Amino acid sequence: MDVQRAPRSVDHSLWRTRLGLAADRLRENWAAFVRARVGVIGLAVIIFYALLAAAHPVLMSTVWDESIYDPVVGYSFDETRQPAPPSLRHPLGTDPLGRDILSQLMFSARSEFMLGLLAAVVTVCIGTMVGAAAAYFGGIVDTILMRLADIMIMMPGISVLIVLSALIGVEHLELGLIIGVLSGFGGTGVVLKSQALSVVVKPYIQAARVAGGGPLHIILVHVVPNLLPLSFLYMMFTVTSAIFSEAVLSFLGLLDIRMSWGLMIHTTESAGYLTQVTEAWWLIFPASLSITLLCSSFYLVGRSLDEVVNPRLRRA
Amino acid sequence: MVGYLLNRTFQILLTLFVFMSIVFFIVNAQPGDVSNVYALNPDLPPETRERLRDLFGVNEPLWKQYLVHVRNTLTGNFGVSFSNYPRSVADIVMERLPRTLALFMTATVLSFYLGFALGKIIAWRRGGWTEYTSTIGGVTLYTVFTPWFGLMMIWLLGFKAGWLPIGKFLDPELWRDAPTDANAVFGMMIATAVAASVIVFAVFALTKKRRGSGAALIRIGSLAGSLLVAVGIWLVAGTGYLAWDIIRHMVLPVVTLTLISFAGTMLLTRSSMLETMREDYVVAARAKGLPEKDVRDRHVARNALLPVVTSFMFSLAFAVDGGVIIESIFSWPGMGQTLVSAAVAEDLPLAVGAFVFVGSFILLAHLAADVLYVYLDPRIRY
Repeated sequence: MDVQRAPRSVDHSLWRTRLGLAADRLRENWAAFVRARVGVIGLAVIIFYALLAAAHPVLMSTVWDESIYDPVVGYSFDETRQPAPPSLRHPLGTDPLGRDILSQLMFSARSEFMLGLLAAVVTVCIGTMVGAAAAYFGGIVDTILMRLADIMIMMPGISVLIVLSALIGVEHLELGLIIGVLSGFGGTGVVLKSQALSVVVKPYIQAARVAGGGPLHIILVHVVPNLLPLSFLYMMFTVTSAIFSEAVLSFLGLLDIRMSWGLMIHTTESAGYLTQVTEAWWLIFPASLSITLLCSSFYLVGRSLDEVVNPRLRRA
Repeated sequence: MVGYLLNRTFQILLTLFVFMSIVFFIVNAQPGDVSNVYALNPDLPPETRERLRDLFGVNEPLWKQYLVHVRNTLTGNFGVSFSNYPRSVADIVMERLPRTLALFMTATVLSFYLGFALGKIIAWRRGGWTEYTSTIGGVTLYTVFTPWFGLMMIWLLGFKAGWLPIGKFLDPELWRDAPTDANAVFGMMIATAVAASVIVFAVFALTKKRRGSGAALIRIGSLAGSLLVAVGIWLVAGTGYLAWDIIRHMVLPVVTLTLISFAGTMLLTRSSMLETMREDYVVAARAKGLPEKDVRDRHVARNALLPVVTSFMFSLAFAVDGGVIIESIFSWPGMGQTLVSAAVAEDLPLAVGAFVFVGSFILLAHLAADVLYVYLDPRIRY
């Protein structure tokens, strides 16, 4: 094990040793991640979509004319009939309003990533604090937080989001926050608490307490770092559920956003092309498949991370 | 144990109360009220809408409405639905709940069976191509964009192939001259299904200890026998064609739901199996020279079942909630649609009533899962 390995040379300073150990552990974890295989496929798809998202502003400022290719207000004047099937000018065709599908697809990828990241970070921040506090303090704090988690889990997610979207104008920012809070105080918090329970009984926590560490210090410095691998795993699952919820809500036309994959299908549906699966495939498949692929990729990466961070799943 | 149960029951009641209050205020905080539904109706002058508001009590100050609501709920009176006036909330829930339960419970049971069977296999062959393909396929279906997948299934099996009806609960043309109404037929169908499963379960439980082809014959015989008897009764009763119509409408949503959700169980079973496979008694079973299949099914899978059972309880609880998406794609008149339409129409009694009903079911299932855990795992004690 790397943890017990002594510094390689005496004149090395402490940070270099730590860096070396971290690099060793990273290499070992990467090997375990690769051995689980499915995560690598997921990672490849995620990188593909990240590249698409990054390429969009570049293409817009160089090759693509803004009046034609703008994902929201563009219009393809060259086509006689909208929606136009794929052609050289529009590799994935145009939508019923004459906008380029590929441009919409690439533009939306960026906001999906931002939404996923926001929801994941909020979830993990809340979830680790809830889990650590419930496990560390126990008693009444534990009871209150866990019953709160019950309420959050009871909320039928999509139904609540539908009601909330009627209440307040929900955009990406609000949606990310709502999903983060629901899952942070709910399911993720419960899972992280069960992990934190096995951390707070470790001798070094008692040692820290004897040394005079306050609750906040112990939670932040000694408990939370041990929850990070697992919470990183749950970040991936939150990204999946955030992208999925966004797609469903914009498919139902409930969000105040300008463009997203779900909204593309909503446009298809309201223009009446949703049942013409073979005749207008470019209106249905690119967006639906993108949602499915990105969601399942994050999930697959999460599953592979599970193999890495969960010692009971390690191979002998 | 008794103290634990009492404590939990008290906490459940408190949680339900808080949950009810949150739902009440969230639904109420939407702009407008129930009379908005009639705002565009030229036959209803503004005075009538005002009277409607008075009648339903939505003109009262919010705290007063809340107190009345709490009093009614505590006395078990869930009130009358605003948007389906004058039907009572309990009546509506009692009509929609069985439909949702039949659909989602069937799918849950099927997907757990499929997921458990597949999970066992992929855990046993860790690292093989079976594992990678079924994991990737399963996860893709698990996270698939549900509206799209549902539409694809409808398009493929209902529209192109024409094998199955493309949504709704029944075929109105068939039912026009029907001797009974759909709820009665559906109730009888559920009763038949429950009776048949009880018989089959009893036979399975009685032959649990027996091995060999004789026991298998008895089991399969009981399964086929109860199915035959059920079909026979329905044919004699003369309403068999109506039941068949409902079943035909259930197939597509059930298949879709099963495909979407089996991967969750599969991956859970796999993780649980991999943890159990490291135990010493598995090595012992192998050392005794038992065939691999026996080690897998009788020693590892049995003990890996624990978290799967807990998650099964939860899934059953969430079946009450129904799936808004699945129900609206397949136009299935169930709880999910009821919840959303009630919340959007500001039908306060129906929304809160339905949410509270669903919530209490989930909390009870949570408790049942905890108790079941103690029963299944002797190491856990409260």
